[in-house]
Amino acid sequence: MSITYLEAIREAQAHALRDDPRVFIYGQDVGAFGGAFKATKNLAVEFPGRVLDSPISEDAMVGLAVGAAIEGMRPIVEMQFADFSTVGFNQIINQAATLFWRTNVPCPVTVRLPFGGTSGSGPFHSQCLETVYAHYPGLIVLTPATVEDAYSMLLEAVAIDDPVIFCEHKLLYYHLKAESLPSEALPVGKARIAREGRDMTIVTYSAMVHEALEAAKELAPEGWEVEVVDLRSVKPIDTDTVMASVARTGRLLCVGEAWPWGGVTAEIIARVTSEGYGLLDAPPQRLNAKDTPVPYHPNLWAAHRPTARAIAATARKLLRL
Amino acid sequence: MLQTVLEAGTAENTALFRETYLAACRFMLRARLLDDKFAALWRSGRIHGGVFLGRGQEALSAATAVWLKPGDVFAPLIRDAAGRLAFGETILDAARTYLGSALGPMHGRDGNVHRGRPREGYLPMISHLGAMISVVNGILLARRLKNISGTVGVASIGDGATSTGAFHEALNQAAVEKLPLILVVANNHYAYSTPTSRQFACPDLADKAAGYGVEVSSVDGTDLNACLKTLGQAVARARAGRGPQLIVATLLRLCGHGEHDDAGYIDPKIKSSPAGRDCLKVAEEHLFRQKWADPATLAVWRSEVIREIEEAVAQAQREPAPDPFAEEWRAIATERLSETHEET
Repeated sequence: MSITYLEAIREAQAHALRDDPRVFIYGQDVGAFGGAFKATKNLAVEFPGRVLDSPISEDAMVGLAVGAAIEGMRPIVEMQFADFSTVGFNQIINQAATLFWRTNVPCPVTVRLPFGGTSGSGPFHSQCLETVYAHYPGLIVLTPATVEDAYSMLLEAVAIDDPVIFCEHKLLYYHLKAESLPSEALPVGKARIAREGRDMTIVTYSAMVHEALEAAKELAPEGWEVEVVDLRSVKPIDTDTVMASVARTGRLLCVGEAWPWGGVTAEIIARVTSEGYGLLDAPPQRLNAKDTPVPYHPNLWAAHRPTARAIAATARKLLRL
Repeated sequence: MLQTVLEAGTAENTALFRETYLAACRFMLRARLLDDKFAALWRSGRIHGGVFLGRGQEALSAATAVWLKPGDVFAPLIRDAAGRLAFGETILDAARTYLGSALGPMHGRDGNVHRGRPREGYLPMISHLGAMISVVNGILLARRLKNISGTVGVASIGDGATSTGAFHEALNQAAVEKLPLILVVANNHYAYSTPTSRQFACPDLADKAAGYGVEVSSVDGTDLNACLKTLGQAVARARAGRGPQLIVATLLRLCGHGEHDDAGYIDPKIKSSPAGRDCLKVAEEHLFRQKWADPATLAVWRSEVIREIEEAVAQAQREPAPDPFAEEWRAIATERLSETHEET
């Protein structure tokens, strides 16, 4: 038996609904239809009255979730695509993210964002918004890269007393598979060493973990042993694991699918250079998507985002510095 | 049966209506005097940040909240001083928030009208207009999921907020879910300085209700008597399961947007129109006419409230201000997940 990343997300929600009567799901087409990606398939039947179709009203969807959380519920909001969460941005960053700070009342809302590029999806169904949400105080931002993490981190997200932006990568939905669901997991907030190495550290997250692992494989026959750190959560960032890795390798490349200006890769480099300057044998580098909207055509799309080949090319330059 | 429920307390000749009127009137007076005090404190530089008064909107605000019961939800906006008090806020909570006492409900992290106690159904507004409506919806939907019935929620907005996407999304959402929401629109003719002619093009804001499929009532917001009847019936309809109720009240803000604003843009014609009446004076005259109170009684009420306000303000001023060194500087509840990284 094998289970996909998408099925893991569905199973995590089923598990949460089964275990906790406070959990309900709210989003567009999530009910009888089972969601645009089928992440809530059959859940409306299995859990009657707890998987609710919403109008196309992202602002009101999140606002409603905040109210329900105040009332002691644990809502999961599904955005049909991460891109559309910008319509609910105000409620996420000004309502959900400030509630605890202002009132000491926790706001346990999970907002699921199907995010990231897939070929042919174009500018409005491909965006990576983890950087934008991570900028705001009061939010936890999770970016699982594996089937196991998709499952265990979503379960933990629902249990966390704070608003969680759960970034699930659409490119991983169908092709990423695991043998079974995990029974135990690394807690949220801890990064994972996805591959050990001694010559260079690649820090990345979500779908880019797999591109980075491919790049590391490509570099192995050339004699380079590249360590890959999967951040798992971009807020908080597990700076300790990153620093320890850079201490071992002396070289740092940060890879993200989001746009280059500011962001997670810039944040990692800022932290490593300010706190661990002496650990570095070469200037740290980063690789992001190009600073344009995400293109539609596969030729353009493949060149817009970092790929294993592009990562390997940047890594080679860094290794020779 | 339903008719009886709807009319309970809203028929003018009953003792309940008289009691409710008197209670609302006293909340209006408390709010007016508290607002006057905050304005004075602001002018003497004792309040940090802005001061936003509810002058001219006390009748509508008090008449809304006075019908609410324990377990109901209230999301006031900036001109709801009277409704806040009627919903159970203490003068001390208001004073502590305006004066920045660390002991206030917002601990100095937020101020002025941004105050509340969410666990008690009293929601602290964010500044983005229309944004509180869907939060009220969420509490009401959660109640339904928990099989709690009979409670209602009020969200308060102005004419300007009816132009926001948040208003549209939330009212539509409440209608789709048939939630017991009472959405009270105070049409005070200006959103800051913008007149309604630049805000909407329909002849009357009440026209919007048909598009959402919700019941609507219009009311003279300067007349406590009318406000009490209209709001009492709307709250009863929502409580009886009739779905969202839109209320459109016509009145005039008898102050600036904030105390920094001299409101020189207000058309004198509106000031001298019925909408420009002072609702507190109208309510007091009604009290005298009905012989429910005389000027001497009112003077006693006034002096009692002033003493209470002075005591609360004096206490809040003596209390410690928030200490940046004692502040945890943590925006999330889960301590282990707070960012440990700090700039050196």
